[in-house]
Amino acid sequence: MSGTTQNTVPHAHVGRAAAPRHRPKDARPGTGWMRALEYWLLNYRRTWMSSVVSAFLAPLLYLGAMGFGLGTMVQDRAGGIPYAQFVAPALLTALAMQTGISESTFTVMAAVKWQRQYHAMLATPLTVIDVLLGHLAFTTLRIAMAVVAFLGTGALLGAFTHWQVLVAVPVAVLCGVAHATPTMAYAVRQEGGNGFNLLFRFVVTPMFLFAGTFFPVDQLPAAMRPLAWVTPLWHATEVCRDLALGVFDPLVQLAHVAYLLPWAVIGLWLSVRSYTRRLAV
Amino acid sequence: MGEYPPVGDIHWWSVGGPVYGPTVDQDSRGTARIDPRARIDRHKKNDPDSRAESDTGADCSAQAAQTGQNVQTGRAASTEGTVRSERAEAPGGALIRARGLVKRFGDFTAVDGIDVEVAPGESFGFLGPNGAGKSSTMRMIACVSPPSEGELTILGRDPRRDGPAIRARLGVVPQRDTLDEELTVRENIFTYGRYFGLPRALLRERTEELLEFTHLTERGDDKVEPLSGGMKRRLTIARSLINEPEILLLDEPTTGLDPQARHVLWDRLFRLKRQGVTLVLTTHYMDEAEQLCDRLVVMDGGRIVAEGSPQALIETWSTREVLELRYSVDDHTTLVPGLEGLADRIEALPDRILMYTDDGDAAAAAMLARDPAPVSFLVRRSTLEDVFLRLTGRTLVD
Repeated sequence: MSGTTQNTVPHAHVGRAAAPRHRPKDARPGTGWMRALEYWLLNYRRTWMSSVVSAFLAPLLYLGAMGFGLGTMVQDRAGGIPYAQFVAPALLTALAMQTGISESTFTVMAAVKWQRQYHAMLATPLTVIDVLLGHLAFTTLRIAMAVVAFLGTGALLGAFTHWQVLVAVPVAVLCGVAHATPTMAYAVRQEGGNGFNLLFRFVVTPMFLFAGTFFPVDQLPAAMRPLAWVTPLWHATEVCRDLALGVFDPLVQLAHVAYLLPWAVIGLWLSVRSYTRRLAV
Repeated sequence: MGEYPPVGDIHWWSVGGPVYGPTVDQDSRGTARIDPRARIDRHKKNDPDSRAESDTGADCSAQAAQTGQNVQTGRAASTEGTVRSERAEAPGGALIRARGLVKRFGDFTAVDGIDVEVAPGESFGFLGPNGAGKSSTMRMIACVSPPSEGELTILGRDPRRDGPAIRARLGVVPQRDTLDEELTVRENIFTYGRYFGLPRALLRERTEELLEFTHLTERGDDKVEPLSGGMKRRLTIARSLINEPEILLLDEPTTGLDPQARHVLWDRLFRLKRQGVTLVLTTHYMDEAEQLCDRLVVMDGGRIVAEGSPQALIETWSTREVLELRYSVDDHTTLVPGLEGLADRIEALPDRILMYTDDGDAAAAAMLARDPAPVSFLVRRSTLEDVFLRLTGRTLVD
């Protein structure tokens, strides 16, 4: 205990006689999500080192093994381009998907059940929507970081050779968000980690393997192709692969991007519902 | 940041100068200090006059007059422009007003139509066994849980519409800590203050003040995780004060703490109370209720079963004294026939007999003269616990 104890809170508000010295004038509607985001950034300070290291390690590992390792064996079948350049943009979108989903699973559940940061936020002027958007904003930043790190490292390794790939950055980020918002809606309802195991085993891994990442969807049996076509990942991969190979085809590419938007928006709408049902009861 | 008044610019007042009787000095920073010599121990709840006075809000008007502020609005106005008109607080000056408040979860009714009113500066308690609906009520008052039915007004506003604006003026100490255990003590207070949109410079200053107030200065840069339960609780209280709340909501503030930690916490809460912060707490500790509450309601099964000051509740629901008797029998309930009429009320538990009477010594003497004589006996004052057990029963609620 401190030697000199302060026995009065100097600013304690006295109910009837005086106003608090400061009323939260910044508490205007519409900015709450930024204050929630600020927490996640502060929170991130304790793990940013390891996440930055893995952000640069991921492209080295994936591109090393798939692009340059496996790639030496499939050189001829990738339509005349080095396999590394074929697979790199797909790994980019797959990474965005994985980041979007993994940042929205245990972190969300912990914020409800274990660390309870959401409850702390909701005791203040922040609303359920502020809490949701603040967390989503942080997830989006994390996706963007992973995408940019992958792109930079991949370019240094020679897996990205066209400048048009820069246009793929926002597309990949949108791909991550399109996966993040439905995951948040799902995660906030979970009571334990089992639901996440199912998600990774039956959704994330199959998508990663079969939605056009390592080989064109045309190679799938005809009956399975529609399954790949409905995944947002496939649409994002199509756009990013074209861009990375220097192909501009605005109409088709916009159509693919347009497919991602409803996933993000409907996911967000579902999240608002799930968050409200879980947190404001 | 010129728009923020410098620290200590607006001076503050001891609440209820006329009621509590402390004299207020102001130090060089404009900080009010309560003169301990003038302290009247308000725990002694035997003074009906002071109670009546505080209940009618006489102190409120007296003080408002003192500061030259408008009494009719029901609350003193504050610096121009910082507070919008909040006239709605006027009726009786109640900060919290509930009428027929109901909370349902599916088929289960947690709160079943309660009426509550809490006046400014009051310390109000919700007492009740587990599952009585205390926490559900608190969550509705904290504007995180929408009422299922009924009317609820906090600080003159409707939580369904103005939740964020109300929460900006509340301090919340939840039943389970929501501290971030990986952050430091300082970071926890700071980041929480940011949720209120308070500027960083102001927060840094307030954080230091609050650390000192809760005896946590030396642990300021430590992570929260290894702190003791009592320290975490104090940190939660420090954090809840960051926005200068007008109402502090405490949901079982000392559950799970050792006696030392509880007493330190009570001391801090008592000081807040004396500074005029309205306290609303839930507890199932009778001593805590007696320590902290001016007035309380006993809840059971979602309803309010009694209301009053601790002293009034004891007077209404129990006798002045209780005689506890033990005999050398296995089941004391078998002894009850034959004792009727010897006390106002007799309660037989398997291990002892309780006789509620205004004169415990006389009853003890009478019982000692009888055959069989008790093996041991004890005369004590009635406590809130007697009231509580009478009202909510002795059956375990799990």
